[in-house]
Amino acid sequence: MSEHGSEATGHSVGSTKLFLTVWIWLVAITGFEVFLGYEKLEPKLMLTLLVALSLVKAALIVAYFMHLKYEKLSLALTLIPPTIFCICMILIFFFPDSWRLLQIRTQ
Amino acid sequence: MHETKTDVAVASSPWSGGTAPFAVNSKKLGMWLFIVSDTLTFSAMLLVYSWVRLSNPDWPRPFEIYPAIVKSTIMTVVLLFSSLTMVLGVAAAHKNDRSKAMRYLLLTALGGLAFVVLHTTEWINLFHEGYKPWSTPEGVPLFGATFFGITGLHMLHVTTGVIYLIVMALGYGNGKFTADDVEVSGLYWHFVDLVWMFVFPMIYLMSIKL
Repeated sequence: MSEHGSEATGHSVGSTKLFLTVWIWLVAITGFEVFLGYEKLEPKLMLTLLVALSLVKAALIVAYFMHLKYEKLSLALTLIPPTIFCICMILIFFFPDSWRLLQIRTQ
Repeated sequence: MHETKTDVAVASSPWSGGTAPFAVNSKKLGMWLFIVSDTLTFSAMLLVYSWVRLSNPDWPRPFEIYPAIVKSTIMTVVLLFSSLTMVLGVAAAHKNDRSKAMRYLLLTALGGLAFVVLHTTEWINLFHEGYKPWSTPEGVPLFGATFFGITGLHMLHVTTGVIYLIVMALGYGNGKFTADDVEVSGLYWHFVDLVWMFVFPMIYLMSIKL
């Protein structure tokens, strides 16, 4: 982050070429997700793979399009870890029940 | 004497105010905090959806390759493209190129509008096939509730974003808003794009008709 700081003269960090590269990656990952949608996978595995790929896309958008990579580290540390913590808290409350339900169904 | 020494120490510390710990303006910080809270709203909805989706072996798979998957893939690319024009618009605004920034902002709004139109035709199509927010032909009303609930909330965000961008483009064009304001509207727009990056695979690609 600090090596970019020397280049950053305020705001407009990132060239058109960089934005285009990120965009092509986003479209490519989307294409791969659509391909994956037609594979006959178990729903649980499918959902895990799709969410993992979407997290990569989300990280690209947040870092480059939303500029967070070039902001002060303190901003990213204030925003991202608490969000992840809160999502984990939601997960903890929902998923034990859902897995139990799955086991009951398969028996 | 001791007291004044402490006062001096407090006054020079970052906690005494007058410094910007995040080095961003307050509007930008405000938008980021809104985005965090909205992230949690969508996370809760998508997690509940995942829960009912995985625990229901008879979940409907209504999305045929045409029109649903082709259309939703085009919608995804359109939304991604509008994010690209947004980021170029923000870059132009920071270079003080007002007319170029305005054109990019309006192009972004146009992308959003195309998304709304495509998604509406997709909804109407599903309605005709019998998928409604309260019932489905397979008798799984949860599908309708989660599908229309989540895509509906996202559509509300896109519609709001299109209005926001048009207001921003016009206001920036006549000097009412600054380049920093354009950047804040960009944050919102990228967030709307980011949410769709989860909605599209989790809802559409998980229920393709095989």
